[in-house]
Amino acid sequence: MTNKTPILSGDADRRTILKGALAGAAIIASPAVLRAQTPTVKVGILQPVTGALAQDGGFGRLGAEIALKEINDAGGIKSLSGAKLEMVFADARSNPEAATQEVEKLNGEGVAAIVGGFASPICLAASQAASRYDLPYIVDVGVSDQIVNRGLKNTFRLGPGFGTVTTAAVTNLVKLNEAAGKPAKTVVLVHEDGLFGSGLAKLMATELPKHGFEVLETIAHPTPSRDMSNVALRIRALNPDLVIPSSYYGEFVLLARTMQQQRIRPKGIYAVLNGAASNFRFVKEFPDAAENVMDCNHWHDPRKAKSAAVMKAAADAGSVWAYNIPLNYSCVKLLADAVEKAASRDRAKIIEALTNSTFEDHIMPYGPTKFVNGQNTGAGPVNTQVQGGDIKVIFPESFANAKPVFPVRA
Amino acid sequence: MYSPAIIFEAVLNGLMTGAVYALIALGLTLVYGVLHIINFAHGALLTAAMFAVFALHVAFRVDPYVSILIVTPLFFALGYGLQRFVIGPASHGDDQNILLVTLGLSILIENGLLAIFRSDTRTIDVPYGFNVVEVGPLLLSQPKLIGLAGSVAVAILLWLFMVRTDTGKAIRAVAKERLGATLMGIDVAHIYAITFGLGCACLAVAAALLMPSFYVNPRVGNAFVLVAFTIVVLGGMGSIAGALIGGLFIGMVESVSGLLLGESLGQIGIFLIFILVLLLRPTGLFGAKA
Repeated sequence: MTNKTPILSGDADRRTILKGALAGAAIIASPAVLRAQTPTVKVGILQPVTGALAQDGGFGRLGAEIALKEINDAGGIKSLSGAKLEMVFADARSNPEAATQEVEKLNGEGVAAIVGGFASPICLAASQAASRYDLPYIVDVGVSDQIVNRGLKNTFRLGPGFGTVTTAAVTNLVKLNEAAGKPAKTVVLVHEDGLFGSGLAKLMATELPKHGFEVLETIAHPTPSRDMSNVALRIRALNPDLVIPSSYYGEFVLLARTMQQQRIRPKGIYAVLNGAASNFRFVKEFPDAAENVMDCNHWHDPRKAKSAAVMKAAADAGSVWAYNIPLNYSCVKLLADAVEKAASRDRAKIIEALTNSTFEDHIMPYGPTKFVNGQNTGAGPVNTQVQGGDIKVIFPESFANAKPVFPVRA
Repeated sequence: MYSPAIIFEAVLNGLMTGAVYALIALGLTLVYGVLHIINFAHGALLTAAMFAVFALHVAFRVDPYVSILIVTPLFFALGYGLQRFVIGPASHGDDQNILLVTLGLSILIENGLLAIFRSDTRTIDVPYGFNVVEVGPLLLSQPKLIGLAGSVAVAILLWLFMVRTDTGKAIRAVAKERLGATLMGIDVAHIYAITFGLGCACLAVAAALLMPSFYVNPRVGNAFVLVAFTIVVLGGMGSIAGALIGGLFIGMVESVSGLLLGESLGQIGIFLIFILVLLLRPTGLFGAKA
């Protein structure tokens, strides 16, 4: 289903009307410009905006929209005589089968590339479907290392994968624990039983014991989950120093609230790639359950001037801030840069430009892009912590804007 | 492996969830006991009731527990109308037709809800959603405790209705001997419709008790109805006491096996029991001999 109406209906409607009015005014004012208009470059934006992952898909779509607007307002693709980028939106409906169908449709619409996917299973299926048409695919979030290990020439990932994130998560956790005088020794891993959570838990379970942590138990739960009281009960029975959850938004919120309800207070909740711990909606709606939750996740680089502008654009669109927004913003900018360099709508040329890309005008805490087998080698996560109703960066020190609160329990 | 206190708490959690299962099974077993049909639309009707509670909360800020007073009569009327004007006439007195009609209804309702509410999973957020009641060292979820109390209350009310009122007696008469009841001047079509309405009213109460701590999407009813079928078979087809005790038992099994085997495998316990009951005691705990 392609659907070109923006997602945040209230404000977006107003924007659409405004855009229409402006376009109308432009036609009247300058018919010469209209005649000189070059054909657009179609960009497929694939996000799950219905189903279990609808919220994340909405964030991703917003990030892409902000980037597209910025690029078009700045004059489009200059090497294609100012061709505008046109969004062709596709709803991945929160499952890989639907995503594959949507890729077929996007290919039929003649898009130059696809950006998005969000969840690992969607990214895996969609990038594979796109590879059959040599259609460039930029993964926005999907962290499964499998995504870039299949030798697909069309698939690129700007952000870090499982391996990189878990290594950073473990390294930072060890630093954090040592700085606090090693209060944490025992750990319980809680993860969703899909590709994302299981893969992450497995890596953590092998890595953590090497650094002197004892993993008491690994608890899996399905997505969506209707009740976390059994998980909370098991955590209470095990009484770990640390709880490390890897779940999507709804389940983590349920877990955090159930733990609060059951008065389970570990020395720290250290989430890895969590759907909620770096999400302002969670922080605003359940400040008590969210306070002091740490996360090792994607996050924008607060030092970059552009970050503030993108945050403002997201706020203007009526959205809270989440990491999907800067990631998708940066992915679309990366694609635009590649199209600019390729000076072509040709898919093979765009793939070549992405392969050789050294793009640095993104707002992520990475250097210029350098892709090896489709993976941006400079990508990495940061550590955040909810402090006083705000999300602060606590690691790496080079651009942290707060000190970690750990251990939480005095 | 786990301390007795943790197991005990899991059992209590299970009892509380099981009570709502029992309420759903109650509607199913009532309709089976009297009309001698399996109502395949039961799950879809539960979903519809949950969406009704959800919509009342979102649109008019009606508290889910208050919405019992609105949704229950509404669903009684809906059930009455469905049996009287749709299922009854369409079946032409043939049980196989009834199966197909209710199956068709379920498809119609589910897809109608899908068209209106889309496939998103939704919850309603009430301030007391995560309140706890402290009983000694135990912390019990308040909405679930209310669910337990509500379900038991409805079961008792239903039992009193069946035993004490003329309509209740008529329902039992029709269940036992339809021809005899007709000869005594009982309007069988009316009694059938009332029974179906009561089944739907049970669902409405269950939906209102579930919503403060549960989510809803257009397929949510199916998960409950599978469990409800197991309960009806365990308790004995058509038995009110069987549904209540079966529900509490199944909820307990689900919770404890969820604790021991993990959330993903927890449901295995329920279906093991289903198979065992079918093998060893096909009439169920309280069922009459066929």
